[in-house]
Amino acid sequence: MAEISSTLLYSAFIIYLFSTLFFAMSISDKKNKDADHTKKWGKIGFISSCIGFTAQLGYFITRWMASGHAPVSNLFEFTTFFGMMMVLAFIILYAIYRTNGLGVFAMPVALLVIAYASMFPRDISPLIPALQSDWLKIHVTTAALGEGILAISFVSGLLYLIRTVDQTVASKKTLWLEIILYSLIAVVGFIVVSLGFKGAGYQTAFEMMNEQNQPVKVVYDMPAIAGPSNGEQLDNSFGPLFSTPSWMNGVDASIKLNTFIWSLIAGAVLYGLLRLILRKRIAAALQSKVNMKPDLLDEISYRAVAIGFPIFTLGALIFAMIWAQQAWSRFWGWDPKEVWALITFLFYAAFLHLRLSRGWHGEKSAWLCVLGFWIITFNLIAVNLVLVGLHSYA
Amino acid sequence: MQSITCECGHSNPYGTSLCQACGKPLQQDVEVLSSMRYEGSARRSQTYKQTFVDRVWNFFSSVKVGVWLIVIILVAAAIGTIFPQETFIPPNVDPAAHYESEYGTLGLIYYLLGFHNLYGSWWFILLLGMLGLSIIIASLDRGIPLYKALKTQRVTRHDQFMKKQRLFSKSHDVELEEIKYTLESLRYKVREENGNLFAEKGRFSRWGAYVNHVGLIIFLTGAMLRFFPGMYVDDILWVREGEKASIPGTASDEGQYYLENNKFILEMYDKQEKKFNSALSSVGGEVAKNYQSNVTLYKTKENHTAGADPELVKVKDGEIRVNEPFKFDSFALYQTDFKLNEFYKMSFELEEKATGKKFGKLTVDLHDPETEYDLGNGYKVKIEEYFPNFILNEHKQPSTVNNLPDNPAFVFSMYSPKVPQGEKAFVGIQKNIDSGDNQFKMSFAGIETKNLTALTVRKDHTLWIIALGGIIFMIGVTQGLYWNYRRIWIKQNHGEVWAAAHTNKNWYGLKKDVEFLSNKTNLTPLEEKESDSK
Repeated sequence: MAEISSTLLYSAFIIYLFSTLFFAMSISDKKNKDADHTKKWGKIGFISSCIGFTAQLGYFITRWMASGHAPVSNLFEFTTFFGMMMVLAFIILYAIYRTNGLGVFAMPVALLVIAYASMFPRDISPLIPALQSDWLKIHVTTAALGEGILAISFVSGLLYLIRTVDQTVASKKTLWLEIILYSLIAVVGFIVVSLGFKGAGYQTAFEMMNEQNQPVKVVYDMPAIAGPSNGEQLDNSFGPLFSTPSWMNGVDASIKLNTFIWSLIAGAVLYGLLRLILRKRIAAALQSKVNMKPDLLDEISYRAVAIGFPIFTLGALIFAMIWAQQAWSRFWGWDPKEVWALITFLFYAAFLHLRLSRGWHGEKSAWLCVLGFWIITFNLIAVNLVLVGLHSYA
Repeated sequence: MQSITCECGHSNPYGTSLCQACGKPLQQDVEVLSSMRYEGSARRSQTYKQTFVDRVWNFFSSVKVGVWLIVIILVAAAIGTIFPQETFIPPNVDPAAHYESEYGTLGLIYYLLGFHNLYGSWWFILLLGMLGLSIIIASLDRGIPLYKALKTQRVTRHDQFMKKQRLFSKSHDVELEEIKYTLESLRYKVREENGNLFAEKGRFSRWGAYVNHVGLIIFLTGAMLRFFPGMYVDDILWVREGEKASIPGTASDEGQYYLENNKFILEMYDKQEKKFNSALSSVGGEVAKNYQSNVTLYKTKENHTAGADPELVKVKDGEIRVNEPFKFDSFALYQTDFKLNEFYKMSFELEEKATGKKFGKLTVDLHDPETEYDLGNGYKVKIEEYFPNFILNEHKQPSTVNNLPDNPAFVFSMYSPKVPQGEKAFVGIQKNIDSGDNQFKMSFAGIETKNLTALTVRKDHTLWIIALGGIIFMIGVTQGLYWNYRRIWIKQNHGEVWAAAHTNKNWYGLKKDVEFLSNKTNLTPLEEKESDSK
């Protein structure tokens, strides 16, 4: 069962890849400009993303059967599910607005999320007592769906910015837009370096003192740029250029920092190559490809927030509180993950107020959608990996 | 202040910018479309700006202020997650020293600024209070006039009102019945007056914002009620296996609850289990499967007097697991922590050093040691000093950390017919120190341990209020965001038919509706004006 599950996930990934290509075909205006061409490829793209979603749903169900619990209990499972919910959110919004261009960008972001997920340990892990509750599936799936829909508002907002920001002159806006695109490329960088060093079988080990002042062995899978604080390298591999600051004391903090630095470097290399090939800013190169009306993009990004916000609130705050009351005897405890869910809630609440009452439409609203997604990914990644709290098992 | 009577005959309250009945702009420089957000109604904050009360009201009614409050709370909340809050650092450490040693200078600054207890700080609570006030005032300032305006709106609208709408068209020769029928097929509620039509759909969604704000206020009120005595109990109860303990916070006129810990169970996942095999082997250590306390609940008899040995009546048995609290009355007990193999009883034998001969055994209850143990035949042992959790303090003197017998140590006096004046020895774990010329010693003869369970005792009478607030919030936010208020006006005007449309959100949906309408009838398609809201 576990093998069927992996195969299905792998198939879903490939199908999503094709779906992206089909959507790209639909908006490429080189060969054909007529509406039939667009319509045909858009339809194929949409159907293939639905098939991909079904395959991933199959992965989800079979993995559930194999493990005996909803597969949303560790970072791999949750992040994969988040990617799947992004696809579902895209399908819903495509059904409303029928915009092929959204598919060209939403599908790759979902692909990126799923690929990122697969870098975490994929073993089926047992549930610790705190997670043994029906609320695990209810809370986590609803929260992920809400976040998936909000992620579409990011995609649409980003498209709005690519479409409208003036690329003829360099400005703060073009700079920030490049930074956003670079950070997406850095995720690709992360995947490339992870697979690369894993393929090469690279390892280097350190000995360091843990909090109980006992020596522990820390094994890196990548060349150490940032070594552990007070660590001593046990082999003659590439030595650390500096030590991880001692206040970063999450689990394996130095390994994560090191991986992060490698991802940024790989991302920078990829970004540089792209710039060399394109000979202009990446957003400028993409601008001609985004041929949707800015008004529609603005509408979609706002609609995604309007749909996603109540679902997010229900899943990430209300269901979370009910479960916390049952498991930890209090519905709210200012745990970092809880706080960041509240921050996400407050952020989108502010977004809605600015939009409805203060008329923040168009570009301002698009920048906010991008910032909102940054908060969501921060909560997904940094809170689990960097800040320590009750959710650090995930 | 006097009311303003519009040419249509409707009397509007002072400060109204669009006539509540026909929509005619009542002042010179009124932007119709942007006034439509609250129907051009007379909001207190936009009308009265003189007194102190006015100013306070206007401050809190401003959405700008509300958004700033949200942003400040958001940033403060984020700062609170940079380093762990005080509640998450290990107990029994000095916070000032801890933050500095763990996180360096930044940690010290964090501590000095009070961020280690940010969410309980007076200014954070004040910010939340201000946000609550802003929600109440902003809702009253807008909700009530809006309600009145939507209730009094009339079918026939003023020409200027019609013309200024974002979607507008003029047509000739239009079959009104056909329009009415089409609009009804789109599930609009259509009203007719003098050959003019007014179609509306989803008016209730306009109340969404106010409903969800009511929910939030109920929620915040519930959270505040916790500070009133009697509403909330939060305590921790440690019980050893086989022992009974009174449950804190449960004393009342009807008696006091006691809990007996029959057994504490800790189960680990089986490493041989196939499906988790690879995950468990990569973790290295063991992974817990279940924490459980099997308990029995007792209650004292009603006429129980404090101090006297209580007479207990069994209430019920139960099993407490993580995620499965044990409930009685309005209390719940949660499996929170445990301690395995706490030292319970220690046994020693009095031994003659030279011969190894033993002269009797004594067992010390580490929670309640006796001062003297008579071993018979003239042999006896006295406990001179007892350190349950032995440590050498800063003056190099033996001392104890606390009353938990984690590292028991004793000063024994051993009396025997050979040494009737007694010999002293210091005995602890792996320690047996005497002056060197003692003839007898205390030799270790075994230990008994017990498991402990820690249960959180909780009573929370505020929960239902908080739950109610949450439900109302969800209803309001769904009603406001999943529906929208669409309106279409059709007006006969000197042989022409004017059509205008408005929605508070989702223009895409409204445009599809009017497109459908003009396709089905010979109404001129409504054209979009450059909206002034950008």
